[in-house]
Parts: sequence; structure tokens; C-alpha cells
Amino acid sequence: MKPEAVAHLASLARIQLTEQELDTYGSELSQIVAYVSTVSDIAADEADTAPLVGVRYNVLRPDEVTNAPDQFTADILREMPKTQGRAMAVKKIMQAK
Amino acid sequence: MKTISQLVAGFVAGTYTPTQAVADYLQTIKQRDPEIHAFLATYQAEAVACAEAATAAYAADTYTDQPLLGVPLAIKNNILIKDHVATGASKILEHYTAIYDATIIERLRAAGAIFIGSTNMDEFAMGGSTENSAFGPTQNPHDLSRVPGGSSGGSAAAVAAGMAPAAIGTDTGGSVRQPASYCGLVGHKPTYGAVSRYGLMAMGSSLDQAGPLTHSVADAKLLHDVMSGLDPMDGTTIATDTYPKVLTKATYTFGVPRSFMADGVDPDVLEAFDQHIASLEAAGHTVVDIELPLFEQGLAAYYIVMPAEVSSNLARYDGIRYGHSADGKDLLEVYEQSRAQGLGAEVKRRILLGTHVLSSGYYDAYYGKAEIVRRKMRQELAQAFTTVDLIVMPTAPTPAFKQGEQADPLSMYRQDIFTVPVNLTGVPAISFPMGTVEREGTPLPVGVQYIAPHAGDERLFDAGVKIYDTSLSTK
Repeated sequence: MKPEAVAHLASLARIQLTEQELDTYGSELSQIVAYVSTVSDIAADEADTAPLVGVRYNVLRPDEVTNAPDQFTADILREMPKTQGRAMAVKKIMQAK
Repeated sequence: MKTISQLVAGFVAGTYTPTQAVADYLQTIKQRDPEIHAFLATYQAEAVACAEAATAAYAADTYTDQPLLGVPLAIKNNILIKDHVATGASKILEHYTAIYDATIIERLRAAGAIFIGSTNMDEFAMGGSTENSAFGPTQNPHDLSRVPGGSSGGSAAAVAAGMAPAAIGTDTGGSVRQPASYCGLVGHKPTYGAVSRYGLMAMGSSLDQAGPLTHSVADAKLLHDVMSGLDPMDGTTIATDTYPKVLTKATYTFGVPRSFMADGVDPDVLEAFDQHIASLEAAGHTVVDIELPLFEQGLAAYYIVMPAEVSSNLARYDGIRYGHSADGKDLLEVYEQSRAQGLGAEVKRRILLGTHVLSSGYYDAYYGKAEIVRRKMRQELAQAFTTVDLIVMPTAPTPAFKQGEQADPLSMYRQDIFTVPVNLTGVPAISFPMGTVEREGTPLPVGVQYIAPHAGDERLFDAGVKIYDTSLSTK
């Protein structure tokens, strides 16, 4: 896998990689992908390609508030990298011209 | 070393107390953990306080329905315990404190268990040696130059070194069973859905289950019985009637997939396995050869499905809501730098692989095909279970390897060949010691794995108690 291809994957995955990492992952991923490609040898008929669901599905519970107001607020705020009052602070994503 | 059952018998009889037990285990941790590094943290003050309360409850006889009252447990650090740091052995969560208990922690706590500390692991449970921990590797108590296995290597090493009577791990592709094999313990991977995943750091959501690492099969059953059962917080948990009932029997018919074991298994491991098979026959069980041709495809399918789920699940570690956050000129740079700095090499490798197999144009060739392999493996397994009660094979192809010996990712992945088909198909399995093989004059334990049909956990425990636990009492 070429460094440019790895860089594209890294950008999709939101991970900044160094030049060194692009090279190393390139050769490792090539080997791993070649190995896992053996699954494509398996023959499939139509029944095999129907969507697969688990034995339990659409398991729902009542949409009710189960916690007291502010029960977890302080704990959650404590874990946030940046806060402003009771809110999480994030970077501006739209810039004025 | 004491089992949970022996500890509790002592507590009830008044010959030993939880306070003494916690003091003894903390003392062993102090002596042995500097060279083993099984623990990321110990909860000394809290454990002592809980032990005193448990000791008082035994003395006053004021307890009911608490099968684990006063029993110290070591917990893998990807399982949330309220108010304790939960790192997943990753730099990105180095300072993250859990704000709630995982369902299994809640249940173990209610049963009277005491949490003595959190254990080391491969970062986010990705690896088979515990060398991928961001906080340094764990050593195998049987030979310090070797790995304890992984990813629940800290949990296994803690129990094997006598630093806790039992521990909890998680198993996505063998992460409880393989360290159990390398450290000479019992390790159980429950039927998918038997145990709630609420409060576990998600790795492969269709594969993950939490399970015990213990000295006896009876102890594994005891812990499983406390942890398992429907949970409204995990919609994949199964009810007692979700699958057909799997009965226990006086003797079992075991199926051996000989051709699946033909390649790459260490000759000494095979010899120990053949002796185990002979002992099964001597004990009146029936052993037949079976064919599971698709199981050979299992490893390739696993290394598609698992990274695909990893790449999705780990998207949450973005430097915004919790965990390590790098500064950046814009939002994109915050994401890319936080993840670059916070995640380790193997985690990045699997995220990239998962991103590749899920990307447009490749999805059908990889993920689609892997899910077909998975479905066909389930059919193949169901067919096999029409003629046999249990499937038996080695847990891992080799004994514990040396630190640094498996430097190439693909050769490390091949260690999972016998364990991943179990997670892909969702059936339960148990590993327990079948003997030792000698390396450089040191006897190293090797494990045997029994696989049962869906919801056949009781059958695994029944067979394990009959075959393994009875051999312990005669030793």
C-alpha cells in the first residue's frame, strides 16, 4: 500500500501520521490485507447475502428519564477537556469572512 | 493457592477473614508486582474498608445471598468502576475517571466482592501479549522473560502469581482464554449476550464478552452466575429461553477437528493435547474426529470484522468530550493530533485496517464476505453439534512466547487461530490447563479449550468440573 493511500485512510480516520508511520503501516497493511483477502474465495449464494441480524434485535426500553437532575453533570463536566459554565467548550467551526 | 470456594469456606467457618485475605493479597502484590507489573492501580484503602465490613458481616451473621462476600477480585482496566481511573491501558484515557459502574461491577459488588485493583492489558484490548499497554508490559509469573498472553494479561498474571484469587477480563478474540492458557488458569468466554457489555470499553461490539480468570472451573461458574443475565442497558443480552436448552450429561461426546490442527501447532502442545484426549477416553467420554473446514477461514474473517468494528467504536476518542485533548489551530487538527498523540501503534494499525475494509468500493469484498464466512461458520458449527456435545482443541498453538518475540503483526495474529472462531460464531468456550511443556528448563502451562453450542455455558462448567476440578483435588 502506497504512502498516499495510507495518508488517505489516516485522514478518514482523523489520525495525523508521520512520514515514518506512513511507510511502516504501508508495508504492514499490504501484508495483512493480502492475508484477509482469502475470504473473497468463499462462494456465496443469494441466501448468504441477506442482511444478518442477531438473535435479539429491536430491543427497546421505555424512553424515560432514569436519573435525577444534575446527578451526573459535575462528573461529566470534570472529564471534559474545556468547559464554560455548565457547557463543553469547542472550537469554532464556522469562520466569518 | 486458594480458590474462591476455599476462601469463602474459611470466612464462613471463621478460620480466615476478609480482612486477613485482603491484607495477604496486598502483601503479595507488594512483594511480587514490582517484577510482574500486573496492576495499573491498587485500591488499598477502599479494599481494606470493604474487607472490614465483610468481616463484621460474617462475625454477626448478617448477610444473605452474597456468594462473593469478602472475596477480593482484580479487574481489567477496560471495565468501568465508578470513581476509579479507567484507562484501557491507553494514553488517551490516562486521566479518565469512570462516572458509573459497569453492570458486571454492580452485580459483583452486590454479591459482596471487593475490588483490589485494576489490571494491565493490551491497549483497548488489542493484542495477545500485553506488550501493547501504554504503561509497559506485564511479565508471565511462570517465567518473567515471557509474556502472560493478552489482552487480559494483567488479570491472568495477577491470579497466577497469587495476587488475587480471581480476576475479570474481556474476550473479543481469545483475550481471556489465551492468557489463561499461558498462565495456567481457567478462563471462560460466555455465549455472546450472556453477560452485559454495559460499562465495558467497546472494541468489537459483535464479539466482546467479559469473563472470569480463576483457579478452578467451579470458581468460573460462580463468577459467571453473578455477572450473567438480562440487562436493560444492553439490548444484546439474552434471556434463559433465547436459545434451546443445552443439557448436561454424565459423559460427553467430544469432537476433535484434527485437520484444523494440522498446521502450525507446536509438537509439545500437540503431545499434551493427545494425552488430554486419552484421559477423556479413560474417564468414559467418547472422542470422535470432526471436520470444520471453514474454521480455517475464521482468522481472516476476524481480522476484517474486528478492525471494522474497532475503527467505528474508537471514533469516540476524539479529544472533545473526555480523554486526552491536543491543542490545534482548528477542530480537524484537534481530532488528528489528539488521536496521533493518544493512541498506540497497534490501535492505529487496526483503525487504519478497519477504515480500509469499510471504505467505499471495498466493503463487499471484505466486510460483506467476512460476514458470509461468519454465517457459514455458524451453520458448520450447528451441523457439528448434531453429532457431538463439545468440541475440543488446544487454546493456543504454542506456550507463552518471549517478550518481543512476535514482532511482526501477522505472526502475532496467528496466535488467535483457535480462539477467534468462538467469538465470530458467538458460542461459549472455556480454557483450562491440560499440562505443561518445557522451555529452557522451565515448565510452561498450556491450555485446552472446550466449545459448546450457544447457551451451553452450563455444559462447559459441568464438563470442566468433572474433568479438571476433580484432577485438582487429587493433586
